[in-house]
Amino acid sequence: MRVSSTGKFVAQRPAPLNQFTRLVRSLNIDTPLLIGLLLILGVGLVVLYSAVGENLRLWLNQLVRLCVALFVMLFFTQLSPDFLRRWTPWGYILGCTLLVLVLVVGEVSQGARRWLDFGIRFQPSEIMKLAVPMMAAWYLHERPVPPTLRHVMTLLVLIILPTILIARQPDLGTALLIAASGFIVIILAGLPLRLLLMLLVLAAPGALLLWHFMQDYQKQRVLTLLNPEADPLGAGYNIIQSKIAIGSGGLFGKGWTNGSQAQLEFLPERDTDFIFAVMGEELGLLGVLTLIGLYIFVIGRGLYIAIQAHDTYSRLLAGSISLTFFVYVFVNTAMVTGLVPVVGIPLPLVSFGGTSMVTLMAGFGILMAINSHRKLLPH
Amino acid sequence: MDLLSPIKDHHRERQLFIARVALLSAGSLLLLAIVIVRLVQLQVLDYEDFAAQSQGNRVRIEPVPPIRGLIFDRNGRVLAENLPAYQLEMIPEQIDDIDDTLHRLAALGLLDALDIPRLTQLAEAGPRFKPVTLNLQLSDEEIANFAIQRPRFPGVDFQPRLVRHYPHGEAVAHAVGYVGAVSSRDLERLEPSRYTGTAQTGKTGVELTVESTLHGFPGYRHVVTNALGRTVLAEASESGDALPADATPAPGNNVILSLDLDLQLLATELMRDRRGSAVAIDPWSGDVLALVSAPSFDPNLFAVGMSGAEFAELQNDPDQPLFNRATRGTYPPGSTIKPMLALAALETGATNLTRKTMCRGYFRLPNTTHRYRDWKPEGHGEVVLHDAIEQSCDVYFYEISTAIGIDRMHDYLEMFGLGRTSGLDIGGESSGLVPSRDWKRRAFRNHADQRWFQGETVIASIGQGYMLATPLQLASAAATLATRGVRHRPRLITATEDVVTGERARDPGEPPATVDIDNDYYWSSILDAMRAVMHGPRGTARAAGSGASYRMAGKSGTAQVFSLAQEEEYDEDEIAERLRDHALFIAFAPFERPSIAVAVIVENGSSGSRTAAPIARAILDQYLGFSKYARK
Repeated sequence: MRVSSTGKFVAQRPAPLNQFTRLVRSLNIDTPLLIGLLLILGVGLVVLYSAVGENLRLWLNQLVRLCVALFVMLFFTQLSPDFLRRWTPWGYILGCTLLVLVLVVGEVSQGARRWLDFGIRFQPSEIMKLAVPMMAAWYLHERPVPPTLRHVMTLLVLIILPTILIARQPDLGTALLIAASGFIVIILAGLPLRLLLMLLVLAAPGALLLWHFMQDYQKQRVLTLLNPEADPLGAGYNIIQSKIAIGSGGLFGKGWTNGSQAQLEFLPERDTDFIFAVMGEELGLLGVLTLIGLYIFVIGRGLYIAIQAHDTYSRLLAGSISLTFFVYVFVNTAMVTGLVPVVGIPLPLVSFGGTSMVTLMAGFGILMAINSHRKLLPH
Repeated sequence: MDLLSPIKDHHRERQLFIARVALLSAGSLLLLAIVIVRLVQLQVLDYEDFAAQSQGNRVRIEPVPPIRGLIFDRNGRVLAENLPAYQLEMIPEQIDDIDDTLHRLAALGLLDALDIPRLTQLAEAGPRFKPVTLNLQLSDEEIANFAIQRPRFPGVDFQPRLVRHYPHGEAVAHAVGYVGAVSSRDLERLEPSRYTGTAQTGKTGVELTVESTLHGFPGYRHVVTNALGRTVLAEASESGDALPADATPAPGNNVILSLDLDLQLLATELMRDRRGSAVAIDPWSGDVLALVSAPSFDPNLFAVGMSGAEFAELQNDPDQPLFNRATRGTYPPGSTIKPMLALAALETGATNLTRKTMCRGYFRLPNTTHRYRDWKPEGHGEVVLHDAIEQSCDVYFYEISTAIGIDRMHDYLEMFGLGRTSGLDIGGESSGLVPSRDWKRRAFRNHADQRWFQGETVIASIGQGYMLATPLQLASAAATLATRGVRHRPRLITATEDVVTGERARDPGEPPATVDIDNDYYWSSILDAMRAVMHGPRGTARAAGSGASYRMAGKSGTAQVFSLAQEEEYDEDEIAERLRDHALFIAFAPFERPSIAVAVIVENGSSGSRTAAPIARAILDQYLGFSKYARK
């Protein structure tokens, strides 16, 4: 349905819907967004097959996770934004409680305490990836925008609390993503630019605080970025090999499954954080630009949905989900090309692993829900 | 929302939102543009350079694990070394029919047929060029056998490596410990960059305690690989001379233990086919000269790697060979604590050296009927403190027990190191238990159980009831008696030796507090009574002490495994072997200038003086050079 310029409802009279379109409509799916996502996932599966060394078992594993993620997306698509908004504070409180629980009784794996095991193992930090921007949007929903200084301060507390809890696990990558998703909400809400500048000035001591929270290996990563050759066997190895992989791919790449860097295991973590380098090596500049193009399309569609949204909550949330997705893409690609330190952020929807993919797809489900449950308010 | 808050202006809000989206989008596109420029720089402008590097990436950096330090006894004899061994490997990509190859190898006895599914899976999971280990250690015979058959097995070959080897295996297993494959749990504790390329790490004992000293630091080397990623010899490639410099690994430091291998071997032999423990300590330094827990196990099984069935058998053995009885086994100390209690009684005035007691074979607390029985049903007759120790009269100690009181018993026994960990440098000790009123209040939840009963003090005076001690604690207590109160922390690790410079480092550490009994006359009297145990006319262990060309001091102990009812008689023959009393003995020698203190515990050995004392005697003989077993 559309709203006419006079504010009255007018029935749309398009061509008769075929069955497929009807199904898509009844599931509240946004077709352009879905197509964009499926293209990224498809490209991802192709690259991943090569990156796991043509190991069919691992690849099928990922395929199953992907199907699960799609179902999760469909589930979230059915929830109305009003419903989400009402439950937001509870979700946030639950998430924070679980984070505290993780620090107390969480399972340690590879030196970090990130998992909870209640029959099923999961990372509460994943809940916060959505709960934090939702909470920030919820807080601003009924308050005037642009937010006042007092409101901004409250929001900062709401954002920084879970960020610190996650940084202590330690999981710096996720902590940064969650902080970013919250800040994006504040900026989208119209944070006065002078306040923004002030925050940036305050960020300097914040960076020092961050350095304090960093584990030795994380500090090492920052130092390594400045001079990768200093430790060719250890921390610098990843960046050196990754740059060689991408650079030697050239314009057209060495061909799918033919990347010597990736296939001969010079490239570490080739199926997870460094999968972008595999793609750069095997499919070349054209390949990676295609993927970046698809990412831009999905982000653009998300922002379009955000602009079309009819209430503050939906608008801010949709904007944050889309732009946080951009942060993922940027941090991973910049890290793999040696522009920023190595932080453990996977290439979204492409890297091996199911946890972050499910959360991302849930976010896209929310985007679709916002698009299809638009409230009919007069302008 | 209250009415005073400003009304939301939806139109303005949306305009603002769109402006911000535009701003952030512009920023995002700018950042992406930077990434794209970077990609163009890498893939177009510097393409030639990186393409060449990728070609040159036939040169692979490979970690070279350091050589693990050796472990020696106090006389420089090797307890843990590294031996070259050959392992069987296959390279999946060079084999047409993996299943057939594995079955033919199993038919030759070169691998376990039960392992085939696991190996097949390993071969499929990893990269095809990466070798899969089929058998960790080939015997000489197997190597010869395979060498003949080699042409029939393309893609299968043996590779040299170093394995940890314990030449005296079982005898030192509980002290030295063992190494095993690095597990993911170990990696949480170890520094990953130091362990790239290292296959094994210390799991128990000295091997675990000084892991960081023994391990060393890895180096790396550049190896040339062919197009398929297999390593080829550096000389064989034209780029061989252009290789960057390698880094040699820094070997781990050697560790010198206080153990005396001869003594350890003898003690192991003496404890063969028994369950129990023998610990010998140099009283003036705390050096542990022997630390035996029986039965033991072969640590080489862990170093080489054993099958799940073999490990399960070790773990489920009712005799618990993996359990370190010397440091973790807790036993009622029985009468071995009597000399210490006697000192406490003298110091606190609970008795004196001339006080006489009439022992009729049992003791009753005032106004009660319960009989606390002496080990000798007919009684010892009239005894003074000296006799009570020599003959191990229980009634004497029953009588003075309430005068000392449980709390003071606790305080003095603790000074001798009972009831708390001795601080042995390889850790993993039990603290044992010396009860006190305070302890009982904390240990029991039920209020009625928290009360301390006088009867409990009575049985505590002969080392029964709640009291528990480890063999190590008893040896340390014996050493403290030998030094008349001077204590040293027991230690196994005496020095580390830098393999390159030969420099030795020692860490003497802080000695524990001295026992607070200053009256030398008390010490002389009690130690004299302990000498009488071995050499006196009625000494409980006079049989074990006879014929010695030196003087020694000792004390036997017999600890009940289960309690007898009031009128029951203890009949050895009718009692199942595992319900028999534990036999304990502590001793030191030579009496005049003690240089060794021992504690021996034989589980279900029935009698301390008959079973444990001869073992202690043989250990003393050996160390003091009077042994019929002595090394030529």
